[in-house]
Amino acid sequence: MNDGPAHTRDILAEIEAEVTHELEEERPQPGGPAYQTVGALIGIAIGVGGAVLACGYGLGSLHEPGPGLWPFVVSVLIAALSIVLLVVGRGLTDSEAFTRSSVLPVVGVATFIAFGLLMPSTGFEIPALALCVIWLRFLGGESWRNTIVISVLTTAVFYFLFLYGLRIPLPHLIAF
Amino acid sequence: MDFNAFLNGFAVVVEPHNLLYCLIGVLIGMVIGVLPGLGPAATIAILLPITYTIDPVSAIIMLAGIYYGAQYGGTVTSVLLRLPGEASSVVTVFDGFALAKQGKAGTALGIAAIGSFVGATISIIGLTLLAPVVAGIALDFGPPEYAALALLGVLLVATIGSGNKLKALIAGAVGLLLATVGRDNFSGASRFTFDSLQLADGIDFVVVAMGLFGVGEILYNLEQRHRRVQPPAKVGNVWPSRKDIKQSSGAIGRGSFIGFVLGVLPGGGAVLSSIVAYAMEKRRSKTPERFGRGAVEGVAAPETANNAAATSSFIPLLTIGLPANASMAMLFGALLILGVSPGPQLVDEHPDVFWGVINSMYIGNLLLLILSIPLVGLFVRILRVRPAILAPITALITILGVYTINNSVFDIYLMVGFGIIGYLMKKAGFDPGPMVLAFVLGSIIEASTRRSMLMFGGDPTGFFTRPISGSILAIFVVLVLLPVIRHFWRRRKSAGVEASSGVAEVDAHRGPGDVGVAGDDGGRDVVVLPPDPVDVAGVGQRVGVAEPGAGKHDHHRTE
Repeated sequence: MNDGPAHTRDILAEIEAEVTHELEEERPQPGGPAYQTVGALIGIAIGVGGAVLACGYGLGSLHEPGPGLWPFVVSVLIAALSIVLLVVGRGLTDSEAFTRSSVLPVVGVATFIAFGLLMPSTGFEIPALALCVIWLRFLGGESWRNTIVISVLTTAVFYFLFLYGLRIPLPHLIAF
Repeated sequence: MDFNAFLNGFAVVVEPHNLLYCLIGVLIGMVIGVLPGLGPAATIAILLPITYTIDPVSAIIMLAGIYYGAQYGGTVTSVLLRLPGEASSVVTVFDGFALAKQGKAGTALGIAAIGSFVGATISIIGLTLLAPVVAGIALDFGPPEYAALALLGVLLVATIGSGNKLKALIAGAVGLLLATVGRDNFSGASRFTFDSLQLADGIDFVVVAMGLFGVGEILYNLEQRHRRVQPPAKVGNVWPSRKDIKQSSGAIGRGSFIGFVLGVLPGGGAVLSSIVAYAMEKRRSKTPERFGRGAVEGVAAPETANNAAATSSFIPLLTIGLPANASMAMLFGALLILGVSPGPQLVDEHPDVFWGVINSMYIGNLLLLILSIPLVGLFVRILRVRPAILAPITALITILGVYTINNSVFDIYLMVGFGIIGYLMKKAGFDPGPMVLAFVLGSIIEASTRRSMLMFGGDPTGFFTRPISGSILAIFVVLVLLPVIRHFWRRRKSAGVEASSGVAEVDAHRGPGDVGVAGDDGGRDVVVLPPDPVDVAGVGQRVGVAEPGAGKHDHHRTE
């Protein structure tokens, strides 16, 4: 690829155009400038918050750096980069708008948390079964028959895999 | 090279349980490569807790198998569905799918498998010969060199990857900040713990990785679920004819070389090398018009190159202890968990790990060749499994896995927290890859920087006066300034001409979460090919483009 770089460039440009074209139709709706602004503002908040806290830990000097010096430097960097992003990034189209189907991840998170709450008291079998049913039937739109078969099977496989295969103690209800 | 240690490595690999873990690894890799959704980095992250229970050498052999196995699997969907399973298989789509439409899908898959095998094997031989030498050189590195190298690594992964470079740098810096949570190793002071006992020892790498990569991708995929499912093309005869092999042999040879070289360079990788290899074949060809219409070389070249690159990207990890991409960061973390610190001493201190992993790749690739030629029909059937069925299974693996690390429900919540962050980052166009990588390297960078400052008596110019750290930092500075200079130069040059602005546009199109891509393939070619401005310009952007391609499902994956 050292000879005739100009030629290479042409071909690369061609491939690029082809790929872009192919992907265009599949792109989700971009989120727009508001998303970019919020992203940058969160970056600034992390940077400023980190810098303030780091100051509290003691910066020290270059000779004798305190525990806060490194986090302070990093935080300032985050804030500075985020400010640049705030200024130049408004036109970016790399974000994705939230849609009605964004509810699905929210439900997903709720099941994760419920699992954590339930497992210590009920063992993992019931929460695992419940999580499978919710994800398959309500989030995934599978039929009831599939849902029940797959949920029971999955829970059983995990039971034997963790408790007997890997010998990892999980809180469990059923004991042999 | 210590030939005895090399042979002992083979003895380690052929132990039945290691062979079994190697097979499991490449099998999982192949499956997740075929399935859109989770990428190799996410898969490795999710399986990290399970590795606690098995022997370190077996664990690493298995995790490495997932990584290179995914490169094989990614081809299948490119050819049959026009859907690249991995970002590094995007260019394979052009000729692979064209061949499939002509009823020659089997030929494309067969030649890709053979190319992958040859490329990977040549690359492993290179790795076998080169790795001990590099490790020997790296033995002389002190804290300043490590600080400089690790910083360069973070910069490379951030700027090379997919997506907006500024955002990637921000994500990387946040990763560095996250690494400071917990007790300061030098003074013992607590930082960012907010008086929480659970945070006093810092945040567990596994929890962060499983959250950002694993749960983040699971949540993201949950939202993207509603896509049409197309029936895959018929595979037919997988054995390529002698003519096909003859036609592709040159492409395979050149692809191996390109892949190996680009893969070794920090941040170089599979995506970049596949594109360069494809472009090279098209340019060399006497009949370039066949490309895109079903040229066998158009499949052979990128598939060979991406496997060669995936293999040679182990070199920086095993010899210097620096992960070159997100998947390597996962392996780095896994090694640390298993009590093995990757770096120049690895070859002497843990020859079983060093040679075991390298030699397992010879065998793993052989297994993959078998899996992907005679057994390809089985993998094609996996395509019929709906993602909705796999989602709860992966979710359960992550929850139960993270719980078992410390038998702690707090870890589940922490992981879910990082999962939400990972999901939101993708929605906002931030790639979590650099964040995880920086988190892994964060404590090394801080500790070596502070140790260096002690060595230099508080004078930061010491970094620049040592020859090696000075050169590394010089590269760092050039890399930071180059895009800025190029931007202004281009703007001046093409004040009115729109031509070059296409690039910017491309950037903008990148898929939001091409985590993996970012990591893996990184090569902001800038780095990779500094002397050749052409490639720099062209390739880099192309990579960007390619990612969204993988996109659809994959742009969100991490390799």
